[in-house]
Amino acid sequence: MSAIIDFKNVDKYYGKFHALKDINLTINEGEVVSIIGPSGSGKSTLIRTINGLEKINSGQLIVTGYDLADKKTDINKIRKNVGMVFQHFNLYDNHTVLENVMLAPKIVLKRPDDENKNIAMKYLEKVGMADKIDSYPRQLSGGQKQRVAIARSLAMNPKVILFDEPTSALDPEMIQDVLDVMKFVADQGITMVVVTHEMGFAKKVSNRLIFFDSGKVLEDRKPEEFFDHPNTERAREFLSKVISKD
Amino acid sequence: MWQIITDNWSSFLTGFWNTILCSIIALIFSLILGVVFALLEVAPPKFGKVVARIYIAVFRNIPLLVIVMIFYLIVPRFFIKLSGFAAGTIGLTLYTSAFIAETVRSGINSVGDGQMEGARSNGMTYTQAMRYVILPQAMKIVIPPLGNQFINLVKNSSVLAFVAGFDLMYQAQLIAFATFRTIDTYVIVGIFYLILTLPLSYYMRHLEKKLAD
Repeated sequence: MSAIIDFKNVDKYYGKFHALKDINLTINEGEVVSIIGPSGSGKSTLIRTINGLEKINSGQLIVTGYDLADKKTDINKIRKNVGMVFQHFNLYDNHTVLENVMLAPKIVLKRPDDENKNIAMKYLEKVGMADKIDSYPRQLSGGQKQRVAIARSLAMNPKVILFDEPTSALDPEMIQDVLDVMKFVADQGITMVVVTHEMGFAKKVSNRLIFFDSGKVLEDRKPEEFFDHPNTERAREFLSKVISKD
Repeated sequence: MWQIITDNWSSFLTGFWNTILCSIIALIFSLILGVVFALLEVAPPKFGKVVARIYIAVFRNIPLLVIVMIFYLIVPRFFIKLSGFAAGTIGLTLYTSAFIAETVRSGINSVGDGQMEGARSNGMTYTQAMRYVILPQAMKIVIPPLGNQFINLVKNSSVLAFVAGFDLMYQAQLIAFATFRTIDTYVIVGIFYLILTLPLSYYMRHLEKKLAD
């Protein structure tokens, strides 16, 4: 296994607020990493630094061989390899489902139209949205939008997909469909970093769990070990709240 | 009234033609300039933002007539000679473009940040994201206010009358002076303007409906 994402002494500030504190974290190819932790702990900030949506203030962050801290790095080269799925989907509202999936491969990868369409249809079938290819995002439910968003990421053939709370904005009955699609992504061997509140996914699908709080990695372990025996008081407290809620 | 029209038909026609010509030229170039300055204002580079803000502040906050006078009286003294028509059309273009820039900018800003983040993290450059995702949505939003700007532009072209631009309003002044039939003349001119503005507003509404689907 080789490192595909490597944080070395990464710090991030919003003004005076210290959002990420001296992060050292290596994620290897093919790993499925769940990041859990309380709101405002910096989980989303952490994942958004990986594709450069948030800039880091110091340290080194190497993603698919490119250093994000280096000003000369072309961020678009990283983003070709690193897809992202958002809490609020961020599908292109002016494009149909099929166009959403085909747009970036067409203009970024210059993929020929017929090949592009075949690949798009393949993934739209995988996520169960092949019958909605001519719909616009506003005509879809949240769960459907999120499945299209995952197909859109997959169509770029990324090495990594980042998921930023992909099920948090969904109705409960939609969540399982999206989790099933994420399981499919994991089975493809794509490296996944998932910020989530879905403890079931964290436990069953991911093979590594990071408990994050106050801008720091507090625990970084196998999921089943973490859920059975959290090491830190903070994690025990968090788990008791999350689990009593269910 | 009919007599005024028939007696001065060629004057009205010349004026009408010049008003149309001025409006079309000003409309095309103010739209181009407006979009360019709106893009400069929203794009990350600081320098572009500053340039756009100064441009918009200057041309939006000076009366149209003053801008036209600058091009008619001051620019020829130091740079090149401009006809009344040219000075008026340039002034009108710059003046309108400042309003269009503000309209388009607010349209771009009303497209959610998520659209840009989605496009960028999908591998698109800033320019690609603007072109394929943000601008198409922004233009749809700004069509109704743009329609207002275009109609104002057609009416504001009457500023040409002050600089001998041979437009409708200029001809109206001459005819009114010559015939002493002031009210009749201006009513006729008003109808000529309606012939331009009514189809224009109808077309903008049609465009709005078409893009809404």
